[in-house]
Amino acid sequence: MLKQTEGSAAVAEAVGLCRPEVICAYPISPQTHIVEALGRMVHSGKLTPCEFINVESEFAAMSVAIGASAAGARAYTATASQGLLFMAEAVYNAAGLGLPIVMTVANRAIGAPINIWNDHTDALSQRDCGWIQLFAEDNQEALDLHIQAFRLAEELSLPVMVCMDGFILTHAYERVDIPTQEQVDAFLPPYEPRQVLDPADPVSIGAMVGPEAFMEVRYLAHAKQKQALELIPAWADEFRRIFGRQSGGLTHAYRTSDAEVIVVALGSVLGTIKDTVDEMRAAGTKIGALGISCFRPWPLAAVREALSGAKRVVVLEKSIAVGLGGIVSNNVSAAFAGSPDDVYTVIAGLGGRAITKKSLHRVFGQAMEGTLDALTFMDLDHALVERVLTREREQRRSGPIAEGILRDLGVVAAKIG
Amino acid sequence: MFQVRIHGRGGQGVVTAAELLSVAAFREGRHAQAFPSFGSERTGAPVVAFCRIDDKQIRLREPILAPDALLIQDPTLLHQVDVFGGLVPDGYILINTGRTFEDLGLGEFVGNFSADHLCTVPATEIAMKHVGRPLPNAALLGGFAALSGRVSLQSVNAAIREKFPSKVAEANVAAAAAAFEFVARAKQEAAHAQAD
Repeated sequence: MLKQTEGSAAVAEAVGLCRPEVICAYPISPQTHIVEALGRMVHSGKLTPCEFINVESEFAAMSVAIGASAAGARAYTATASQGLLFMAEAVYNAAGLGLPIVMTVANRAIGAPINIWNDHTDALSQRDCGWIQLFAEDNQEALDLHIQAFRLAEELSLPVMVCMDGFILTHAYERVDIPTQEQVDAFLPPYEPRQVLDPADPVSIGAMVGPEAFMEVRYLAHAKQKQALELIPAWADEFRRIFGRQSGGLTHAYRTSDAEVIVVALGSVLGTIKDTVDEMRAAGTKIGALGISCFRPWPLAAVREALSGAKRVVVLEKSIAVGLGGIVSNNVSAAFAGSPDDVYTVIAGLGGRAITKKSLHRVFGQAMEGTLDALTFMDLDHALVERVLTREREQRRSGPIAEGILRDLGVVAAKIG
Repeated sequence: MFQVRIHGRGGQGVVTAAELLSVAAFREGRHAQAFPSFGSERTGAPVVAFCRIDDKQIRLREPILAPDALLIQDPTLLHQVDVFGGLVPDGYILINTGRTFEDLGLGEFVGNFSADHLCTVPATEIAMKHVGRPLPNAALLGGFAALSGRVSLQSVNAAIREKFPSKVAEANVAAAAAAFEFVARAKQEAAHAQAD
């Protein structure tokens, strides 16, 4: 049913339709509306049988999800930002134990400085933890990916993180098609665990493994995650047959067939990128875009194939590997068959900095001309940075950077836009 | 694409106004995207919310930098925030106040605008009368329907009824209708004045 609703509400409805049996979460912006809505569904009896467990922290949220999943329940949680970092030890455990938990990450920056706005630093900090990571381009895809995530998680007995841009998607009202219970039931079979804590057939889960087999367990985690590279496209096709729309898959190519420059990105910024590509195409520029829907496992072959005709690749990412440059671009470089010198990194939108078509036109135009720097911080206020660096050169006690930079700007608190 | 930017203060229902407008447009078969400027949810702090309306899917995610219409829920913002920043030439402006554009010192600024793109409406007074609380958002949406014709009052009312429980909804529907009447009458008077 078509509905105009908030992204968080749409995701909560999708999760509800997946018949989770245990939901546990600790509220953190911008994820809060999702779990509040699910809490209301459980409380009202709309979602039953399901237990909503209030916990005292994100560490507890993931620990409870691990316990619930090990006991054979379909388990769901959601978090963001510092919350994801706080649960990090348990996040690794969920993957290492092979428990098919589904978690929404409403992507948000990581402090310090404190910042509640969107970027991808939180999810990308956990890219190597063993979870499958899917990224949504819009609210329809966010909704759909959750349905696919439960099936993928349970088939492989691996946890899946569905990443959606905090605020930009979670708090946006837009049109979504909410599927019927029958459609979701046709796609997602009941959970049949590979391992379960059952008093009638006792086992232990979580043995200590020494040097004699730890490598093998780790190798299996890698090999199992790579199986998702086959399942994800196949199930995106099956999803399309049942639900009548394309959602998910490994990558989304947009106007790439004759493109000299291809822009690679994750998440909701792809919408703004596509509008910019259309405008540049209308002016005769051969540019296209490639959306990465599945970041882990890394779809190396699909990315290599999609970029095969490009002269240059621009990776626009809302994350930074401090001391290196790009995280996504590092992955893309490994997949690009051409020279790594033709892969350009553009860091943009950190901490909620607006990514505008105007700035994208400028950067993509430079990429077409071959004048783009290898590493660009889009819309960086160089004068502001220089003031801080000057202060640090001139004074030993230059003071805290965040406070100093806000003083330089003449603001006492964060400003919008 | 038609882009609306709503300025107000935390607690005035600015974000809800954008959401309601998107629901109203959706009910007319349009695509719509509403989103807040994030972060400054503190009561009284300046808040901005956005709504895009189009006949095709809306992919753009940047803030609305060049609005076609401005709804200003609190006239005290005129001295604090660059509310008119990026407004397209001859865009729509609807301000919640009992005063005129001239009273507000905006006579010169709006000199080149079409008279029927501009209106002020005492939305807080209307809300106090019908809702009993200083929440001008529903009234302003009714006024916006009359001013721009981009959505119908019926769709605004349907959006209000979808969002709120019936008693609150009906009070807000009454406020929207009263503001719609007020703006429609003001537009008529302006048209007559021009004809004279």
